[in-house]
Amino acid sequence: MAISDVYDFYKRMEDDHIILSFKGSFTEDLLTSILHIVEGKMEGLNVNTKKKKRVFNVLVESFQNLYHHIEEMAPNIGDSEKDKSAIIIVKYESNRFTIVTGNFVNSNRIPELRQKLEEVNALNDEALRELYRSKLENGGRTEKGTAGLGLIDIARKSKNKLDYEIIDVTESIGFFCLSVLID
Amino acid sequence: MENLVIEGTAKTPTVELDASAGKIVLKGRSIPENSIEFYRPMQDWLKDYGTTPAGQTIVDIRLEYFNTSSSKCILDFFKSLESIKNDGKTNVTVNWYFETDDEDMQEAGEDYEAIVGLPFTIIEVDEI
Repeated sequence: MAISDVYDFYKRMEDDHIILSFKGSFTEDLLTSILHIVEGKMEGLNVNTKKKKRVFNVLVESFQNLYHHIEEMAPNIGDSEKDKSAIIIVKYESNRFTIVTGNFVNSNRIPELRQKLEEVNALNDEALRELYRSKLENGGRTEKGTAGLGLIDIARKSKNKLDYEIIDVTESIGFFCLSVLID
Repeated sequence: MENLVIEGTAKTPTVELDASAGKIVLKGRSIPENSIEFYRPMQDWLKDYGTTPAGQTIVDIRLEYFNTSSSKCILDFFKSLESIKNDGKTNVTVNWYFETDDEDMQEAGEDYEAIVGLPFTIIEVDEI
């Protein structure tokens, strides 16, 4: 990016109502920092408690979802830094928050990912609650402690359908974008 | 037996387990990256407590929010309490607090109540 593009870059973020964006390696310390920043911004925006908690929840869940799955889902690009690299963007406009994440996925994981997303998107609030409850009660857990509840929880807190797109980067690598609206 | 007290952080709740008083308190946020590790000492404590519990065990859950990996650990925690109750040496009651308007946390309490065989009181408060 040429130095003269910096203003365009700034302007683009401004026009898109982006209040935070980060690209790079996802770590737990980064999550702590992001939560701190977004919480501070929400204080200033007078967001009501319920919405604040939902934004917080979706941020934590989508971040940790990425964090936990990035190793198993990520393709081996050969550049270890890039393998774990991802993007997170938080937008705020007219009292609506949008949390967007993007990460590389191995193409052979895409069908399973699509299936999970479609399953969640096909359910209403009550059915999502039932699915959550039955997975909580009967579902197993991976070694990392993830319970397969992440996307269900994100959909429940969002109260909107999950918007997503998977872009083919190469034959074996995809880029998974998830956009979660909290309005 | 020893009490277990863990100070809360930005990602983990305050834990107060008082054996002689039969009082168990969990409050704050529970969003650790590795929930199993965080909840393990509590499970270990419960195992000991179950051998000689107080006559009455009161569990206060005052959580602001928790992540999905904590939700599984919280369930395991309730299940351990359920088995202690079933041994017949103590009565266990759970007070599940939620902030006014926080229907998500209210529903979470109702869901645990439906899954676990423990008496729950779901209590609305102005601030948690």
